[in-house]
Amino acid sequence: MERNQMHRQVSVMRQSLFDQGYLDEQFIQLEELQDDANPNFVEEVVTLYYRDSSRLILSIDQALERNPLDFNKLDTYMHQFKGSSTSIGAKKVKAECTQFREYCKVGNGEGCMRTFQQAKKEYTILKRKLEAYFQARQSGPSETACRPRN
Amino acid sequence: MTVEPVMDDPRDQFPIGMRVLAVDDDPTCLFFLETLLRRCKYHVTTTNQAVAALRLLRENKDKFDLVISDVYMPDMDGFKLLELVGLEMDLPVIMLSGNGDTKLVMKGITHGACDYLLKPVRIEELKNIWQHVIRKKKFDPKDSNNSGNQDNPHCGTAEGGIVSAGALLDQNGKLNKRRKDQNEDEDEENDENGHDDSSTQKKPRVVWSVDLHRKFVAAVHQMGIDKAVPKKILDLMNVEKLTRENVASHLQKYRLYLKRLNSIVNQQANMAAALGGTDASYLRMGSLNGLENFHTLNGSEQFHNSAFRSFPPSGLLGRLNTPAGLGMRGLPSSGMTQLGHTQNSSGSTIDQVNFQQVILPGSHNGSVLQGMPTALELDPHMNGVTHARELSTAIDNRTVFPISSGFPDAKVTIGSSSNSLLGVTNNTLMLEQNRQGAQGGIVFGNQSPVSVASLNSEFPSPLMDHNRLNDNWSNAAQSSGIHSNPFPLNDCFKQPILHHNNLQDNMSTMALRIGSNRCDVSSVTSVSPQLQDIRAGIECQANLINSINDQISNHAPLQEWDDHNQDGYYRSNVMGSSINSMIPVNGAVCPTAQGLEPKNTMFLANMDFNSTGQSNFIDTLYLKDDQVNKSAAEASLKLKQGLLMDQRKPQGSHISSSFGSLEDIVGAMVKEEQDKVTLIEGDLGCDTYSLRTCI
Repeated sequence: MERNQMHRQVSVMRQSLFDQGYLDEQFIQLEELQDDANPNFVEEVVTLYYRDSSRLILSIDQALERNPLDFNKLDTYMHQFKGSSTSIGAKKVKAECTQFREYCKVGNGEGCMRTFQQAKKEYTILKRKLEAYFQARQSGPSETACRPRN
Repeated sequence: MTVEPVMDDPRDQFPIGMRVLAVDDDPTCLFFLETLLRRCKYHVTTTNQAVAALRLLRENKDKFDLVISDVYMPDMDGFKLLELVGLEMDLPVIMLSGNGDTKLVMKGITHGACDYLLKPVRIEELKNIWQHVIRKKKFDPKDSNNSGNQDNPHCGTAEGGIVSAGALLDQNGKLNKRRKDQNEDEDEENDENGHDDSSTQKKPRVVWSVDLHRKFVAAVHQMGIDKAVPKKILDLMNVEKLTRENVASHLQKYRLYLKRLNSIVNQQANMAAALGGTDASYLRMGSLNGLENFHTLNGSEQFHNSAFRSFPPSGLLGRLNTPAGLGMRGLPSSGMTQLGHTQNSSGSTIDQVNFQQVILPGSHNGSVLQGMPTALELDPHMNGVTHARELSTAIDNRTVFPISSGFPDAKVTIGSSSNSLLGVTNNTLMLEQNRQGAQGGIVFGNQSPVSVASLNSEFPSPLMDHNRLNDNWSNAAQSSGIHSNPFPLNDCFKQPILHHNNLQDNMSTMALRIGSNRCDVSSVTSVSPQLQDIRAGIECQANLINSINDQISNHAPLQEWDDHNQDGYYRSNVMGSSINSMIPVNGAVCPTAQGLEPKNTMFLANMDFNSTGQSNFIDTLYLKDDQVNKSAAEASLKLKQGLLMDQRKPQGSHISSSFGSLEDIVGAMVKEEQDKVTLIEGDLGCDTYSLRTCI
């Protein structure tokens, strides 16, 4: 049936996000918080994340353009970015953030820039995937939060 | 029957409905946390600003049971907020951070956090946080009980209700009685619901408002921190309905706070000491007469020292009056080399730090004072307070710095009319002061408060961060001595910090010192306003300094400052001393806390040398953050040289004369420096040299 197919499709999408390492356990926590009282909690959080962090990314980009680089400031920004990313379970983004901070600590500007580009890429990829996922969820029947089923 | 529906229901079903205040600047995390907390059936209020959180907590004493706060926040350091909440409202606070570093966790605990959670936080962890509320309630009353007093004002602490002092006072009598009964009950059913009952009852809680805290600090200072006993403090404070228990518990917290400050200062001192390690001789500011050289620098140190002194021994800034306070005064020989060094160096550092911090109070951050219990009342204009974050916490309008009451004398002679003069004037002033044996505080002649003021004005823009600092400083300076002079400089100055004398002195010194450096100026300026608030003085200062230091480390304020300072500052050696003092301040302001250290040392060095040292000093100051540290080192070296040079300067006697000359010089400098933010502007340089000769 269509519905089942949709279900399955959504489920598969979701699972792949985990399998491919885009999302981690934290995302499941979010899902578990979703209930009838908060039916779109996950989507809300993710939307909030993308909205807020876009500002942050802009700041980091600007900071990376300065010369010389202010590693303290960069580290502060990145700490914040990492915190948000962690809150939604953005695994790959978080990994890049950690790497970035390592570079900051040693003052490796080159490394910072490279890592940040990577982080942005992951950030964007995840965004698209999540958007697709939410869309599929919407169109399909509402899916209750549950552990990844395989 | 229910006074407040909210209170009754939640209380009855505690922990359901427990009122939590969540603070986190990251909206995603905050939203997530809020949802989690609601899922735990708590009553949640969120805010993404620490200052807003404080406001919420203050305006409604009994509104919350528990606070959860992030560690890294832009407007205020989470630890500072933690301290303030603990001191003012005595609520359990849980820290939250993405960073689980042991050191940070330790810091959280030492600052009084009930718990430290790592992000991303899990719901299982949140399900148990109510235990902290119970625990607090349980133990506080018990302690009170044990102390044998019938009054248990703190019984209600766990409640989370903050009762205004007034209210507390009113109800105290009744409460006490009731408490006693309750306590008895509680004692019997200790492990449990007894507490619920008492906790559900609205026990008035003493709210340590700024005023109250100020009185407390004054009383403690009077007695000496070591000798302060709750009963005596209570008597001294003479506040109705305040119980011994209230005071005892508050004293405990205060001591912890000071200890923390001291350790920070000690660290700084050590650093400073490493640089120059002069002995406490200059600490002994007492001998103001020794001002001869621009001991002001030293003086500043001294006062730092004294400031420290007050801390370490008494733990209260109040001691600014002590000779050290003015540092300038008699430091001539001590070669102020380092703030850090003296025993009080930590104190000095603290002073400086404190000053900075103190100064910062004004800073807009508002909470400049780190955990300053007294909460310095910082003037909003202290923009330099960025670092004051910490301070700001204290500084929030309500905070009152426990500026040592002892500083009446200290008048910050911010003499320098012009910014550039600041450095110079300060010195002279300081010297003057010393000569007169100005009381502990930085006795800044009234003469040149202007300079301080001028400093402030200059800095406003360039050093946003510094400015704040400067503001603080200037305020300090202003307050200290400039009574007479209207400080055109920053708003900060405007405020006659005078009363804070000590604070001011320190500040002034700082300001003066800073004269050379733009930053200094700003810091001075910033200080001034702060000073006013600081009344309490030392404590505030220390706190300020600490906060400043902390702030600075976090912010590399210097960066901007460097740009500006590039020129001419060096010259203002004269100001040097002031600068030196400033340095610490600046240091704080400057990019890194480390800068502080070196700065401090430099600072000390500056004290002595009038011009030469200063220039060197200034040079160092100007260096960018990265360089700052280096410069600091250099500066210290130079300072030392300067010191030598200055050594020959007439001790004491010159001061007056030099003062005069300084005035002139300052005047000249002022004109030139008018538009220059940095005090030390080149003009000073020339002048400083001349000053030197004068001196």
